[in-house]
Amino acid sequence: MGEFLVWVVWFLAAGGCLTSGVAVVSLTNPFYSALALIANLASLAVLYLLLAAEFLAAAQVLVYAGAVMVMFLFVVAYLGGKADAPWAGGPPLLRTAAVVAAAALLVEVVVVLGLAWGDDLSEPAEVTDGFGGPAAIGELFLTDHLLAFEITSIVLLVAAIGGVVLGTSREREAE
Amino acid sequence: MGPGVGWYLIVAAILFGTGALGVMLRRSPLIVLLSLEIMLNAGSLTLIAFSRQQGNLDGQVFALAAMAVAAAEVAIGLGLIVAMARKDMPLDVDQASTLRG
Repeated sequence: MGEFLVWVVWFLAAGGCLTSGVAVVSLTNPFYSALALIANLASLAVLYLLLAAEFLAAAQVLVYAGAVMVMFLFVVAYLGGKADAPWAGGPPLLRTAAVVAAAALLVEVVVVLGLAWGDDLSEPAEVTDGFGGPAAIGELFLTDHLLAFEITSIVLLVAAIGGVVLGTSREREAE
Repeated sequence: MGPGVGWYLIVAAILFGTGALGVMLRRSPLIVLLSLEIMLNAGSLTLIAFSRQQGNLDGQVFALAAMAVAAAEVAIGLGLIVAMARKDMPLDVDQASTLRG
């Protein structure tokens, strides 16, 4: 019974993930596109939970669906009607090439997976209860990955400063 | 036990393909950014799936770093888009071709 429930949750999350992904790419109004991405991130968080990544699922909802997407929606609102993006596409040849390239990518991954399918992919390792919790992740960040942790903070600082510099208008300086 | 890691990898592959299509087909920089987010998240899902399968948390740490980089990327990308709009440039990635060689 428990196993059946896990499959049901997985199907709902995976289906929601894929349909909202298609919606993000195909909708013409960026506002609805961004809302679809929030749905996509939420269903991805459910998949993370099923993979025993509790801390990442929480961070995904807080950082992505919370902070990043709110910033995005603010910019879409600021741009107003300018932001509308009708389906314009390039020349038909380019469009066909894009679809073929994406399909080739997908086929490659599925073939590789099919070759590796079997015991390796179907039997996950045994993990303890704390796996993926904040304590385990935090300890790794402050021991093995301390340098990456510190550099990430610098990357975020540089990005914040860059965003301010790019967003400041030149006209105001000239006055 | 539920679905094996392979099923998650297939979902990630389809998501990545969807995002790649969005980046290649759409011309609005806003939608291109959103499609990039989908591709990044597909990569993160792969990392987390393998992390679960190996019983090793390093993949999750990497996914967290990728999340931070994605946040930085959105901040810069949105800054660029606002700057484009301020200069009354059309919001169309095909027309922003001044640096084309």
